[in-house]
Amino acid sequence: MFDLDRWQEIFHVLKKNKLRTFLTAFGVFWGIFMLVIMLGSGNGLENGVTQNFGDMATNSVFLWPQQTSISYKGFPRGRRFNFDDEDTKAFRKSIPEIKYLAPRLQAGGFMQANNVVRGKKTGVFSLMGDYPEFNLIDPLNLQKGRFINDIDIKDKRKVVVIGSRAKDILFTKDEDPINQYIKIQGIYFQVIGQFISKRNGENAEQENQTIYMPFTTMQRTFNYGNAVGFYSVTSRDNIPVSVVEDKAIRLLKKQHSVSPVDETAIGHFNLEKEFDQMQGLFGGIRGLVWLVGIGTLLAGIIGVSNIMLVVVRERTKEIGIQRALGASPWNVISGIITESVVLTTFAGYTGLVIGVGLLEMINYLLVKSGAKTEMFLHPGINFNVAVMALTILIISGAFAGFIPAKRAVSIKPIDALRFE
Amino acid sequence: MISIKNIHKSYVMGQNSLHVLKGIDLDIEQGEMISIMGASGSGKSTLLNILGILDNYDEGEYNLNGTKIKKLNERKAAQMRNRMLGFVFQSFNLVSFKNAMENVALPLYYQNVPRKKRNAIAMEYLERMGLKEWAHHLPNELSGGQKQRVAIARALITNPKVILADEPTGALDSVTSLEVIDLLHEINKTGITVIIVTHELDIAQRTRRTVRITDGMITEIIIN
Repeated sequence: MFDLDRWQEIFHVLKKNKLRTFLTAFGVFWGIFMLVIMLGSGNGLENGVTQNFGDMATNSVFLWPQQTSISYKGFPRGRRFNFDDEDTKAFRKSIPEIKYLAPRLQAGGFMQANNVVRGKKTGVFSLMGDYPEFNLIDPLNLQKGRFINDIDIKDKRKVVVIGSRAKDILFTKDEDPINQYIKIQGIYFQVIGQFISKRNGENAEQENQTIYMPFTTMQRTFNYGNAVGFYSVTSRDNIPVSVVEDKAIRLLKKQHSVSPVDETAIGHFNLEKEFDQMQGLFGGIRGLVWLVGIGTLLAGIIGVSNIMLVVVRERTKEIGIQRALGASPWNVISGIITESVVLTTFAGYTGLVIGVGLLEMINYLLVKSGAKTEMFLHPGINFNVAVMALTILIISGAFAGFIPAKRAVSIKPIDALRFE
Repeated sequence: MISIKNIHKSYVMGQNSLHVLKGIDLDIEQGEMISIMGASGSGKSTLLNILGILDNYDEGEYNLNGTKIKKLNERKAAQMRNRMLGFVFQSFNLVSFKNAMENVALPLYYQNVPRKKRNAIAMEYLERMGLKEWAHHLPNELSGGQKQRVAIARALITNPKVILADEPTGALDSVTSLEVIDLLHEINKTGITVIIVTHELDIAQRTRRTVRITDGMITEIIIN
């Protein structure tokens, strides 16, 4: 296999017609190059979109009250209502499929008057009243301190976890916000944690301007009574969240005298469904990429096989001489197959390296320029895919050489010798 | 050494069949030098190809050094050619991108002799041919006579029992032709059987026996 004579022969043939070798190699190169670029871009798209989910539990559903659309039990249509602590209790009692339940209150934010003050610094931020469970459903990336805990909830402590943007606005650059106080709508709160969003683009900006406080504190301090604005719910493992979703909606309708057929009264969003759809989409994209990529590669391989046929024909006489001198059919076949494998592997490997290089360069430029796109992040292919592509190449290179090699030894030595 | 009995060979081309050899009987002893003569199309080259296991035959019997040669698979045939036979062709048939030394060493490559060793042996044979200085030249840098001597060295390197020469002087001028024939004589003196196919009478007359073939049959055997 690793005999100088064999390689001498291979390089002689490849060098003899450089343009032809180059064009043949280019077919394979382009096939692999396109496969890598397309797979990498597909991954980039997938990474970008899925990052917008953060680390959110995908088996979660979100519920919020809207207007009723059907009059029921004496209530007119168009009625507004609130969820309340009774609903929370009812959930805990009658829906055993729930794993985490996080009621939430929400206030302030975009386009509103300044609601947070620290010394001479002021800012507008979204306020969230949350339970510790929320950090299990949609975990925050805490840079400092901690999230709200059960004692904060129980004692209704005036503590907050602030986003990185809130820190930048309310504190100087080297200040540590932990244990400092900020004034929210006239009431002092102690900062116990600071986080930065895991998402990208606009979503991240919004999240970084959020301030979290214990749910009970918010209810009490800002006069929400026993109202709940929003529920985040996850189902137990192996139970589809749609089961929980249906039960929760039915329960809430009963609690608030909403018609069982009212479709608009309770707003709901099933992340699992969304996520599954997205996964399906990416699966489809990946399938298409492989189909097109393998097709392109196949065209390249067929090109190699064709050229090998021409090479074998050109070398018929030489092969005849070798066989007269005692070259066995296997000597001839393995020589031609090696040649084909060398050509495809070399071209394919080049395509792989340049493709990966290009992806890395795009990634580098994306990161360096700091462009925060919501749709594209870390393009690249994983190592296994690269190894698989190379394996496919080597095997298909061998196949590409096999037919011409068979042709070469099917000619009788004497006919090969007489060939001009 | 070589014994053929009632060899028949036809070439089939579509509907037509061309009966080239029509029952050839011939015995060649070890160490003999024999020439096969005939007009072109007489079947002399076909006979040589069958003797060289480059082609198969339809009917009859062929024994080479006690081995029956009939429908060998290509691997076995290649092995027999490599170990038993050496070929010298009219058009030399050197591999164009290998230098003289590598060409001579080629048969040993198929015996898996290590590169250094086979090149050293090739150099010895080239030296015997007086071509040592030309060892690293490519075939197209050599004259016709030099090329044929390289080809003879290549035929000899495996210590074959039989040298088969198909019109070895066909592409050479008369002086070089004589040199090549002298060389073949010397080889014959070492005990190797030499079979020469030729249509030149003076070449044929320099062998011990001349077999004349006409229309696929032996018509005359002359002891020179």
